[in-house]
Amino acid sequence: MFLAILAGFLLAFAAPLLHRWLGKWVVVPMALLPFTIFVYLLTLSPAVLAGNNLGELQAWAPSLNINLHFFLDGLSLLFALLITGFGTLIMLYAGGYLKGHPLLGRFYLYLTLFMTAMLGLVLAGNIMAIFVFWELTSISSYLLIGFNQDKESSRSSALQALLVTGLGGLALMGGLILVGMAGETYTLSELLERGDLVTNHALYLPALVLLLLGAFTKSAQFPFHFWLPNAMAAPTPVSAYLHSATMVKAGVYLLARLTPVMGGTDEWQYTLMIVGGITTVLGALLATQHVDLKAILAYTTISALGLLVTMTGIGTAPAMEAMVVFLLAHALYKGTLFLVAGNVDHATGTRDLTQLTGLSGTMRYTSIAALLAGMSMAGILPFFGFIGKELLYEASLEESPFRWILFAMSFFSGMVFVAVAIALGYGIFWRRSQNPTPLQHPDKPLLYLPPVILASAGLVFGLLPGFFVTPLLRRASEAMLGVEQTFDLALWHGFTLALGLSVLTVLLGYVVYRFSNRLLSYASRFSGLYLFGPANLYQLALRGFMTGATKITATIQNGYLRSYIAAIITAHIALVVLSLWENGPRLELGNNLHLLSQLRMYEIVLLLMIVSALIFLFKSQSRLTSIAIMGIVGYSASLFYILFGAPDVAATQLLIETLTVVIFVLILHKLPVFKYLSHATERYKYVTLSLTFGAVMTYVILIVKQYPLDSQLKAYFGQGSFLLGKGRNIVNVILVDFRAFDTLGEIVVLAVAAIGIMAMLKLRMHKGDKP
Amino acid sequence: MEFLLPFLIGILFSASLYLILHRHFFKLILGLILFSLATNLFLFVIGRLTRGGSAIIGQDENVAVEPFADPVPQALLLTAIVIGFGIQSFTIVLIKRVYQSFGTTDLDDMNTTDQIEEHH
Repeated sequence: MFLAILAGFLLAFAAPLLHRWLGKWVVVPMALLPFTIFVYLLTLSPAVLAGNNLGELQAWAPSLNINLHFFLDGLSLLFALLITGFGTLIMLYAGGYLKGHPLLGRFYLYLTLFMTAMLGLVLAGNIMAIFVFWELTSISSYLLIGFNQDKESSRSSALQALLVTGLGGLALMGGLILVGMAGETYTLSELLERGDLVTNHALYLPALVLLLLGAFTKSAQFPFHFWLPNAMAAPTPVSAYLHSATMVKAGVYLLARLTPVMGGTDEWQYTLMIVGGITTVLGALLATQHVDLKAILAYTTISALGLLVTMTGIGTAPAMEAMVVFLLAHALYKGTLFLVAGNVDHATGTRDLTQLTGLSGTMRYTSIAALLAGMSMAGILPFFGFIGKELLYEASLEESPFRWILFAMSFFSGMVFVAVAIALGYGIFWRRSQNPTPLQHPDKPLLYLPPVILASAGLVFGLLPGFFVTPLLRRASEAMLGVEQTFDLALWHGFTLALGLSVLTVLLGYVVYRFSNRLLSYASRFSGLYLFGPANLYQLALRGFMTGATKITATIQNGYLRSYIAAIITAHIALVVLSLWENGPRLELGNNLHLLSQLRMYEIVLLLMIVSALIFLFKSQSRLTSIAIMGIVGYSASLFYILFGAPDVAATQLLIETLTVVIFVLILHKLPVFKYLSHATERYKYVTLSLTFGAVMTYVILIVKQYPLDSQLKAYFGQGSFLLGKGRNIVNVILVDFRAFDTLGEIVVLAVAAIGIMAMLKLRMHKGDKP
Repeated sequence: MEFLLPFLIGILFSASLYLILHRHFFKLILGLILFSLATNLFLFVIGRLTRGGSAIIGQDENVAVEPFADPVPQALLLTAIVIGFGIQSFTIVLIKRVYQSFGTTDLDDMNTTDQIEEHH
C-alpha cells in the first residue's frame, strides 16, 4: 500500500516530463498506474472479504507517535476501488478531453496527485495521516478547479473551494487531535475499539463539532454547499472525478469511518440527520432552478451527499446498508452523467439544457451511456440505482419518530432525481426533434468509452448484485457498525411498499420533468433569497477580511516612528506594572530616608544643574544652544561617575561627550531652525506617556535597591585582577583580559558604524534616483 | 545622593522619551543621546553605588580591599558608552544626508516605506 502511494506521488511529478517525451501517449502511463493499483487492490480483496483487516506500518515521526500506518478494511477497500477504478477511466477520458492542450502534463500532475492523496486518505490507518492526505486533496482540488487559470471565475471558484475546505480542514485537525487525546491513541485500529472511551470523554463535544465542521465543508453540506457548484469551473473530468465521485465523499468517508468511534450519541445522530436532511432537500430544490447541465448535476450531487450523511446519521443496520449501496450506485451514475455532460459540451459547445436536443443520432454511444446512467439514477429496474433507492426508502421508513420527515425528504429528492435523469438521459438525446443541435466536434472513443463502461457497471451490478458487490458492501457497512452483516442484495423483493413508492417516484418525477419549464420560471422569483444565502455571506466575509486586514495594517503599521515607539514603551510599562502588581514587592521609602542626611552640597548642585539644563533644553529654539546644553548634562553625568568610584567611566563619558558636541556642531550647523511640529492633543498624550515611563523606571530602581546585591563577580574580579590579569585597574583588566572578546565585538560595532558613515558621506544621489 | 539618583534617572528617561516622540529629526537625536545617558546611569545605580573607593587595587596589595566599587557594571558601561557613541554619530550623519536628499527633517514625511496600498 505504501508503495502504491509512493508510486502515485512519483508519477504525478513525472507527468509534465512524460508529457514532453510522450506527447499525447502520456495517457498510457497515467492510466496504467491507477489500473495497476486497482488490480493490486483486487488481489488483496479476498482477504478483506474473508473478514480480515490488513495493516501496514511505516515509521514516520516515531517521537511524536505518528506512524505512516495503512489500514484496509471493507470500507477503505470500497473507496479505494472506486478511486482507482474510476481513476483509470478518468485518466483515459482526460487524455481525450484535453487532447492537444499544452498543459496536459500539468493537468495529469494535479489529477494524479489528487488521486494519490485520496487513496492515501482512505487507506490511512492513523488519524493524523488522514488529516495530511485530507489537506492534500483540498490543495490538489484547488489546483484542478483553477486549471483554466486565465479565467477570473476559475480562480475565484478555486480560492473559494480552498478557503471553505481549508477552513474545514483546520477544524478537522483540531477535532482529530481532540479525538486522539480522548482515545489516547492516533492509530485508527486502536481507536475503533475505544468508542466508549471517546464518547464519554469531556472533550467529546468540542471534538465532534470540529470534526463535523471538517466533514460538512468537504462534503458540501448546508450551509457550506455553495462552493461545489462553483467548483464546476474545473474541466469536466475533474468535476466527474473529484466533485461527484471521490473528494466530496471524503467527508462521508470520514463520518462513516468514525461512526464506531464517535457515533451513536444523540448529538451525532441529530446533527447528521438535520444537516443531511436540509442539504438533501435544498440540493434537490436548487437543481430544478438551473439549465446548465453541470450545475444541475452539482446540485443533485449535493442532494445525494445529504442523503448519505442522513443515512450515516440514522446509523441503523438497514440505513448503513442503504448508505453503502447508494454511495456506489451514485458514484457510478453521477460520474457517467458528468462525463456525458462533458462530451456534450465538448461536441456542441454548450451545456444549456434548453438548447440541446436530438443528440442521439450524432452521439450514439454517449447517448447510450446517458440512457443507462439516467435509468440507474431514476431507480428503474434492473439497475443498481434501483436497489439503492429501494434501500433508502426502507431505511427511512424504519420505526422512528422522524420516519415521515425522513421519508418525505428522500422521496422529494428521489422525485427530482427522476426528473433530472429523464432530462439528461432522455430529453437531450432521445426526444424527437426537428432540428438536432449541430456538432462542432464528432464523438471520440476515448470520450465515450469511459462513460459507457461506468454506466454498464451500473447495469451489471444491478443484474448480478451477489457477485463481489454484496460481500464488499457487507464488509463496508460492518466497518461502520462493528457487527457482522449478512444482508443480501436483490433486485426483486416482491410487491413491497418500497416498490410501490419507487413506481410512484418515477411517475411523479416524470410530472416534474414535464413541468420543469414552469419550475425554471420560478428561479428568477427566488433570486432575491440568494442575497441571504451562504454564498453571499462568504463574499461579504471575504471582502470584510480584506478591507479589515488593510485597515488594521494601515493603523498598526502607519509609518510614524513615534507611534511605534509609543507602542513599545506602552507595552513595556504595561508589562512592568503587571508583574509588579501581582505579588510584587512593596516599596518602603521610609527605610531610605536616613540616606537624605548623607547628601553633600555639590551633589545637590549637580542635580539642580541637570534639571535646569533639561528645562532650558525644552525651551531652546536654537540648535547650538541645545547642543551646548546636552554637553552640560553629559558632563554632569560624568561627575556622578567620579563621585561613585568609576573614574574610567567618567573619563570615557567626558571624552565621548566632547566628541559628540564637536560632531554635532560640525555636521548639523547648516540645518534650518527647528519648529514645534507636534499637534497639541498628541503632545499631552506623549507628555503623559513620558512621565509615566520615567516614574516606572524610578520605581523599578527603588524596588531593586531594597534588596542586597548578591554578586560573586565583584569578589572574583577583586581577587583575580592582579593575580590572574596582572593589572591593578580592575575595570581595565576586565575589558582587555577577562572579557577581551566582548571588547573586540564592541570594536567591530564601531567599525561597522564607521563604514556606514563613510558610505553615507560618499553617497552621491543622482537626479531622478528614487530615494 | 543615593536617594535622589533614582528620581534624577526617572526625569532623564521622561525627558528623553518626550524628545524621541517629537516629529523633528534633530530632537530625536537629542532624545536618543539622553536616553542612552539615562540607561547608563540606570545600570550604574542598579549595580549599587559605592562612595569613594574606586575599583583599583592599591600598590601594596595583591587583591582589592573593601570598600571598592563593583567593576562589572563599570565595564558594561564603558562598552555601552562607546557603542552609544557609534550609534549617535551614525544618526547624526544620517540626518544630514536625509536633509540633503529630501529637504526635510520632519519624521512624518519619511513614512512611505511602511505604507500599504489600499485594497480594492
